[in-house]
Amino acid sequence: MDLPKPEPTDVSRPFWDALREGHLVFQRCACGHAFLPARRECPACLRPDPTWERASGKGRLVSWVVYHTAYHPAFEGRLPYNVALVELVEGPRLLTNIVDPNDALAGDAPVELKIEWEGETALSRFRLAAR
Amino acid sequence: MGLSGRYVIGGIGHTAFGKLPGRDTVSMNVEACRNALAEARIEKSVVDAVFVKVPSSAHQFMYGQKVAEALGIAPRMGGAWDQGGAANITLLSFAIMGIEAGQCDVALVCYADNPRTGNRAHFGRPRGDDAAYGWFSTAAGYAMIHRRHAIEYGTRPEDFAAVAIACRKHGAANPQAQLRAAIDLDKYMESPWVVDPLRKDDCALVSDGGAAMVVMSAKRARELGVPEPVPVLGFGHGQTSFELPQRATLTSTEAVRAGGTAFAMAGLQPKDIDVAQLYDCFTITVLMTLEDYGFCRKGEAGAFVADGAIEIGGRLPINTSGGLLSETGMPGLQLVMEGVRQMRGTAALQVPGAKTCLVSNQGGTMHTHATLILGA
Repeated sequence: MDLPKPEPTDVSRPFWDALREGHLVFQRCACGHAFLPARRECPACLRPDPTWERASGKGRLVSWVVYHTAYHPAFEGRLPYNVALVELVEGPRLLTNIVDPNDALAGDAPVELKIEWEGETALSRFRLAAR
Repeated sequence: MGLSGRYVIGGIGHTAFGKLPGRDTVSMNVEACRNALAEARIEKSVVDAVFVKVPSSAHQFMYGQKVAEALGIAPRMGGAWDQGGAANITLLSFAIMGIEAGQCDVALVCYADNPRTGNRAHFGRPRGDDAAYGWFSTAAGYAMIHRRHAIEYGTRPEDFAAVAIACRKHGAANPQAQLRAAIDLDKYMESPWVVDPLRKDDCALVSDGGAAMVVMSAKRARELGVPEPVPVLGFGHGQTSFELPQRATLTSTEAVRAGGTAFAMAGLQPKDIDVAQLYDCFTITVLMTLEDYGFCRKGEAGAFVADGAIEIGGRLPINTSGGLLSETGMPGLQLVMEGVRQMRGTAALQVPGAKTCLVSNQGGTMHTHATLILGA
C-alpha cells in the first residue's frame, strides 16, 4: 500500500518540486530568518514572499521516536520504524526518517540528507554522518 | 488591588468517568453542571455566564450555545474555547475577569467528551504532510519530548515510572477512579510500547465523562450562602507554537510563564505549595512541569520523584485522586476538583493540613498551559 501522500499547496509546492530535483530547500526572509514548513509570511517579521534557498543537507538529530504499531496500513510492513526531528545547520527543523537501524540513533548525532523515492514522491530522509 | 483570594470556586460536579455509551457530550455537561449547582446550593437562575471547553474528539459549531440552551440559561457572557486541556483553568480565569469587569456575576465552567465509546480518531490522526514519514498520533509528540529530556538530562525509565507508580497508587485508593490498579517498577518496565520511548503506563486513560464548577466572587458566595467556597489565589497562562519542530527547545514548557504569573498573583513561592495536581497526560509532562514550576531545578525532576516525594507523605504529593493516568483521562477539570477537595479537607487521600494547592492544565502537545493556585 502507498504511503500517505503530501498534498502540496501553491505555497509548499516549490519544496516538494525541489526534492524531486534532488535538493532540500527552505525559506529565507529578507530579514534573514530561515524557516520550514513553507508559509507565505515570515513568522519573525511578517513580511510576505520569502525566497527559497538550497540547504547543505547537513544537520543534527534532535530527537526521535519508534513506532511499534501502525496508525496507517502503509506502515505495517515497516515496523518498527522511526520518525526523527532534525535541525538543519541553516536553522530550520523538520520531521523525517533516519534510514539507519533504530538502535544506532543517538541524541545530537550528525546527519546528512538522503532523498528517497516512494512511488512518485521524493521524501527528504537522513542518514547518520561521521562526527 | 489584586484579585487574589477575592474569587472562589463555589461548587464542583461531575458525571461517572469511564465508559458511558450512548451519552452525548451536551447531556454530560448538563449532568455535571446540575451536580455543581447542587453542591454550591444555588439555583441556576443566578447563573449568567456559561464557559465551555469544546469536546476535543468532536468539534461542533457554536457548541457553547448548545450547552447553554440545554441548561436553560441565556448567558450574558461565555462560549466555547478550543485550547485543549489548558482550557478549563483558562475559562475560570475568563469568568473571574468577566465578573471583575461587571460583565457577569455567577459563571458555570464545564466540559464533557466521549472519546472512549465515541470517536477517538482525533488522537491518532496524521499530522499534515508529515504523515508521509509515518508521523501520527498525539502520543508521538510527547514521545519526542520524552526522548529529548532523556538526552539532555539523563532522565531514566525509573524516573518516568515513579510518576506512573505514584498516580496509579493514588488512583487505586479513589473509589471514583476509572482505573484502580497500583503498579510497580517491574510492571511499568513490562508495559508495551505505545510509541517508543512511551510505554502504555506513561499514557493517560481514554475516558468518557463530564465535569463542571461554579465561579463567583467571595462576596457573592457569602450572599448566596454557598457552604464550602474555595478561594482562588492565583492563575496564569502560556502558549507556544503549533508545530512541534518549530519550538526552540523541547525541554521547557509553558509552565514557566503560567506558573510565574500564578505565583506572583498569589504572592507565593513553590516552597509554599502543600499539594499539587499536575497534568499527567503523559509522565514526561509531570517531570517537566515539576522543573518548570520551580519545585526542583531543571533536569533534576528524576531525582526529585525517585524517593517518593510525590506520593502521599512525601514533600509534594501530586495527583492525589489518581490524575489522568488513573482517575480519568478527561482533561483538566478533574484536577481542579481534586484541588478543591484537598482545600476543603474532604479528599479520599487527604494531605493533612494542606492550605495551598497548585493545579496544572496543559493542552495539545504542550502547546498551551494554565496554572491555578487554590487556598484553604
